[in-house]
Amino acid sequence: MTHTTRKAALAGLALLGASSLVLAGCAAAPDSGETTGPALDFKPCMVSDLGGFDDKSFNQLGYEGITEAAKELGVEATTVESNAESDYVPNIENLVSEGCDLIVTVGFALSAATVEEALANPDVMFAIVDDAADNDFNGETDAPNIKPILFDTSQAAFLAGYVMASYSTSGIVGTYGGMNFPTVSIFMDGAAQGIDYYNSEMGTSVSLLGWDEAAQDGTFIGSFEAGTDSYNAAKNLIDQGADVLLPVGGPIYQSAIEAIADSGKDVAMVGVDADLTETDPDSASLFLTSILKQIKVAVAEVTKEASSGSLDYSPYIGTLGNSGVGIAPFHDFESKVKPELSGEVDAIAEGIIGGTIPVKSYLAG
Amino acid sequence: MSSPTPTLNPDAPLPGEDDGERANRWNDLLRRIATGNALVSVLAVLLAIVVGGVLIAVTDEGVQTAAGYFFARPGDTFAAIWKAVSGAYVALFQGSIIDFRQSDPLRALKPITQTLLFASPLIAAGLGVAIAFRVGLFNIGGRGQILVGAGFAGYASFAWDLPPVIHVIVALALGIAGGALWGGIAGFLKARTGAHEVIVTIMLNYVAYYLLSFLLRTPLLQNPGSNNPKTPPALPSAQLPAILPEPFKLHVGFILVIAATVFAWWLIERSSLGFKFRAVGLNPHAARTAGINVDRMYLYVMLFAGGFAGLAAANEVLGTTTTGFTSGVDAGIGFDAITVALLGRSTPWGTFAAGLLFGAFKSGGFAMQASQGIPIDIVLVVQSMIVLFIAAPPLVRSIFRLPQPGRPRRRAKSEPKAVAS
Repeated sequence: MTHTTRKAALAGLALLGASSLVLAGCAAAPDSGETTGPALDFKPCMVSDLGGFDDKSFNQLGYEGITEAAKELGVEATTVESNAESDYVPNIENLVSEGCDLIVTVGFALSAATVEEALANPDVMFAIVDDAADNDFNGETDAPNIKPILFDTSQAAFLAGYVMASYSTSGIVGTYGGMNFPTVSIFMDGAAQGIDYYNSEMGTSVSLLGWDEAAQDGTFIGSFEAGTDSYNAAKNLIDQGADVLLPVGGPIYQSAIEAIADSGKDVAMVGVDADLTETDPDSASLFLTSILKQIKVAVAEVTKEASSGSLDYSPYIGTLGNSGVGIAPFHDFESKVKPELSGEVDAIAEGIIGGTIPVKSYLAG
Repeated sequence: MSSPTPTLNPDAPLPGEDDGERANRWNDLLRRIATGNALVSVLAVLLAIVVGGVLIAVTDEGVQTAAGYFFARPGDTFAAIWKAVSGAYVALFQGSIIDFRQSDPLRALKPITQTLLFASPLIAAGLGVAIAFRVGLFNIGGRGQILVGAGFAGYASFAWDLPPVIHVIVALALGIAGGALWGGIAGFLKARTGAHEVIVTIMLNYVAYYLLSFLLRTPLLQNPGSNNPKTPPALPSAQLPAILPEPFKLHVGFILVIAATVFAWWLIERSSLGFKFRAVGLNPHAARTAGINVDRMYLYVMLFAGGFAGLAAANEVLGTTTTGFTSGVDAGIGFDAITVALLGRSTPWGTFAAGLLFGAFKSGGFAMQASQGIPIDIVLVVQSMIVLFIAAPPLVRSIFRLPQPGRPRRRAKSEPKAVAS
């Protein structure tokens, strides 16, 4: 009995499988023998940090940059993800073995590994996103064949801080970060300076919670993951009266969205890295603006430059001047901000580019 | 219902059994998982590789495209499957044994040394899990023991300035002591209070992780001048010397691991303490009746287990990654060690062989990703399949029609079949 039932069941499954194959497999075969032009002899490669290429933040932007540039050049980019810190060196080593011409590593976490491998493989071009590759802190890149890709985000954050202060009705705005790394605190530092500038221009006293510019410390949740830590940090700020939030650190903003929804208050948010209204359109009604870091553009440019076989290794520093950083349009908030704000922001941006409005950061000194 | 001889029917829970019997059954199950025969291990690996091949084929973009027009040109699909699967396993071989694409013979041989490099901490930590298994303890605390060991060894490696040879020995000893301390806490709690070692070791993993994360933010472990939670690099005098010239990275740690394996073998199979360990593992009640201090054995074995994990930690921070470490220094070794010990059937040399296999998987996994674009996750799936098949020996036996032990009546019937297949 059991055998026959089992056989019948198996036959049924097989029939089902076969029919789905028939349905799935009856498309027409493509024409073979497509010839492309002589391919460029250039192999761009990239290693992610622990975040992976789907982090909606700098890994993803770097990945988009290198694949886009590779497509334009007609070559294929090889990209590998890291699962543990001990993966960094072996991943770079294997890319060297694969014959990569340019290896882009993403994030300060890969700094030591990149320097080590760059020194061991002087013929390979290296670039590192968001790090100066300066592990002995002497102000110079530790290997001659590494191009640091850096962003002076404080300039853009200055503008965002000004916008936050202008938009806030409670006179309190808040920020918190993933961990106290220079690449994180630079956002908070810039925003604090922008708020101060607004106060001194307008004679107001908008205060920033979550970051103490003098002490260079503030609220950090200890990870770059959305979750209860991030939710609680956001909730705390909302409870203290903040009506604009600036969560700095990849996906942690997602928990801030929840906290805002649960509070039932009219709280706006400022995104970081990418224009969140575009990458996360579901929550567009919350995003006042975003502080943009053009990682994608910078990586694509470096990749294209390296395809010629050589690279200018002086650091790329994204600023307002070279459009490496910036702030996103107000989108849904266009009608809610003061009509003159847009003009004011443009004027301040010009002032920063021209040097009349100084912005302090670890990159600008 | 209440059978007078419950041991004849170990699968069905019986009403009215006391805690002692339940503990015995748990021991029995553990022993059966941990000490199955070697053939099953080999077959489990084989099955996992086959299943991995199927997964690689299914997830490959080329195969998916070709399968879309399967009936128009079926050859394309098979060609794509062959390309994806063979490419993957060739890459695994190139990344773990010999990379025959390299013109430089030194570079071509590098992968095998990388395999040994990755295997070293897995073997050391695996030994820690294996010897605890032999006493009937499930040591899940490899991660915590490694983290504490790394903290101790790391601190000695950059904070103290000692003469060259002495420095590395002191740092090593401290790392082993740190691991032993952490394992010993679990053993002590088990011995004195009867707290279950699985829960205690898991919780101690968290304690170790957050303790280390905290200390990495204090001047005690943080690199001065840096904001990142990372230690300073180990001083050159505290680093394990390389045993091969550039470009090889293999260091003395591997030789220490071989020595540790010999020691573990001697400890378990030849020493009188090892005899007591095994007696407790087979049946704690009988061992107690025979005059063995069972509680003390729990403490001792956890000290040793932690010590082996500490060796794995020292191997990492003094040898493999000397540029400083973060709270992620464990990198999954503590948990992989459980798999390695299970695959090695809890014997020292079995663990050694299983560690080499996992080292090869790890080393080859990077190459699979770099040259074939296969997600590192698929490599991890293959490893996890091995564990799954090992934890279910009856499954493997029935797939390959091997005799099932413990079923005498069927064994006689199915033996000729097993020979035939």
